[in-house]
Amino acid sequence: MKQWKVFNQLNKSTRANVITIGVIAIIYVLCQLLIAVGALSNLMQGLLVPLCYYSILAVSLNLTVGILGELSLGHAGFMCIGAFSGAFFSRLTENTITSPWIRFPLAIMIGAIFAALFGGLIGIVVLRLRGDYLAIVTLAFGEIIKNIINVLYIGIDGSGFHFSMKDSLSLGLAKDGDIILNGAKGITGTPNDTTFTIAALFLIVVYLIITNLVNSRSGRAIQAIRDNRIAAESVGIDITKFKILAFTLSAAMAGIAGVLYSHNISTLVATPKNFGYNMSIMILVFVVLGGMGNIRGSIIAAVLLTLLPEYLRFMQDYRMLIYAIVLIVMMIFNWNPACIAWRKNHTIKGTLLSLLKKNRKEA
Amino acid sequence: MAMLSVKNLGISFGGLRAVDSFNITIEKGELYGLIGPNGAGKTTAFNLLTGVYKPDSGVITLDGRNITGLSTIEINKAGIARTFQNIRLFKNMTVLDNVKIGLHNNYKYSTASGILRLPSFFKTEKLMNEKAFDILKVFDLDQEAHYLSANLPYGKQRKLEIARALATNPKMLLLDEPAAGMNPSETEELMKTITLIRKKYDVTILLIEHDMKLVAGICEKIFVLNFGMELANGRPQEVLNNPEVIKAYLGE
Repeated sequence: MKQWKVFNQLNKSTRANVITIGVIAIIYVLCQLLIAVGALSNLMQGLLVPLCYYSILAVSLNLTVGILGELSLGHAGFMCIGAFSGAFFSRLTENTITSPWIRFPLAIMIGAIFAALFGGLIGIVVLRLRGDYLAIVTLAFGEIIKNIINVLYIGIDGSGFHFSMKDSLSLGLAKDGDIILNGAKGITGTPNDTTFTIAALFLIVVYLIITNLVNSRSGRAIQAIRDNRIAAESVGIDITKFKILAFTLSAAMAGIAGVLYSHNISTLVATPKNFGYNMSIMILVFVVLGGMGNIRGSIIAAVLLTLLPEYLRFMQDYRMLIYAIVLIVMMIFNWNPACIAWRKNHTIKGTLLSLLKKNRKEA
Repeated sequence: MAMLSVKNLGISFGGLRAVDSFNITIEKGELYGLIGPNGAGKTTAFNLLTGVYKPDSGVITLDGRNITGLSTIEINKAGIARTFQNIRLFKNMTVLDNVKIGLHNNYKYSTASGILRLPSFFKTEKLMNEKAFDILKVFDLDQEAHYLSANLPYGKQRKLEIARALATNPKMLLLDEPAAGMNPSETEELMKTITLIRKKYDVTILLIEHDMKLVAGICEKIFVLNFGMELANGRPQEVLNNPEVIKAYLGE
């Protein structure tokens, strides 16, 4: 009981953090137990890491869409930059830094820094726009990033790096040379460093970064811009600075998700499927379903919507049809005022209490 | 020395001269009223003073410093805070957070120390909370500190806007129709609050208002604007009895 009292004394946001991180930790331990006793199918085991990086993507996009209030459709592009820069680093240093415990955190850092760099640069240009116009331009930038990587060739030999945007032959590598990024064939042979443990850990880290940011001075400024730009200006808040800050941070964390992604597969290729427009829209769906500005909701939505298509596999061709219907029903249940009122009257706690009362009366 | 001195301020929108040769001098600690019929250019004058519009001509001097042409953000940092005719609160944030955003430039710690929860975060946040509650108490809003600002009743939303503006620690406060939409008892209370904050925070106030009872009751001087030009300027009784002013308001 005493611990309970301490818990209740924490302020609201800290309590929410403790609950969310606690639930993530419990699910992590449960999954590990299930794997240990062999109760988790291979398919599900393979989904654990994607669940984490999709959640990270959803949480990071929520910073732009929910907290800053600007619609961005290029999030997959930043993930792409993180994935390729991280994988590039790992391929390059595979033989020099042999311990994955040192190499992988460095790769994640480099992925995050590169994504942040591009996020910041693109942000300076595009954040002058608002609403639909911003969405269109970010969408274009996402596609540009993907397409540039598809024609980029980078190799290394004794004399240093070689770049080309034509083909691998024009790199002119020496005999001992190694093509690291091979245009549309991407990066092959990236060490598979991502484990469920690391991915879950980074999900918690990203979650903490965003919630701590939201409940700090800069986070308040970012939310003020979302709620009323003119009023924010009138109290002396530097709109441009905080917009770019939020956008950059959001891109950096998409970069982290990218690195986790690229170190979970053997061949990294930028296709429309993994880094294209569809991916950006899917992340946006996670955010909208989970609730704009609701960080915990983003994680729940990302997990549910990643698992759903897998569980619907037995429906074969009807799978995506059912997925769409479930999505619509969930949206209505989540956001319809009547449904919200119904949920308020039928909380788990309230139902349990009324059941208890009934039992007591009968007794 | 004058707190705010405006010389020959003017702006045109296309062929319309919205504000023309606007001259006003407000001494430190004064409470000045700005009145005029609808469309006279009162809010435009406010927008010029706060940098929302850049003036075509004229010079604005705040406490000896030329602030003509600065951006809204810089003008706020220089010491002018304002409220809006149509309430502009941060609606999805709590009452307390609204005031803390006002404190943004007076209490600083870096984004990194906010994310990493370094000691400077806890220290500064504590000071910010204390200061914010101080201000909220003056406006009798401390009980509602953790409510969403959108859920406050109308009169309290207006008060919160003034509280947020005061939190930026301004030398000069511009209130755009603070009593608009208020009932008589709310207006009465607002008059008391304005008188109180003037003393407590040592702030010079310029307010736009249509409620003549409020204007005549608390303003020391009144400036009447009509078609963007000065119609009268002086002590309330003189100005309000001026036949020109009565003509502008009521017609002939």
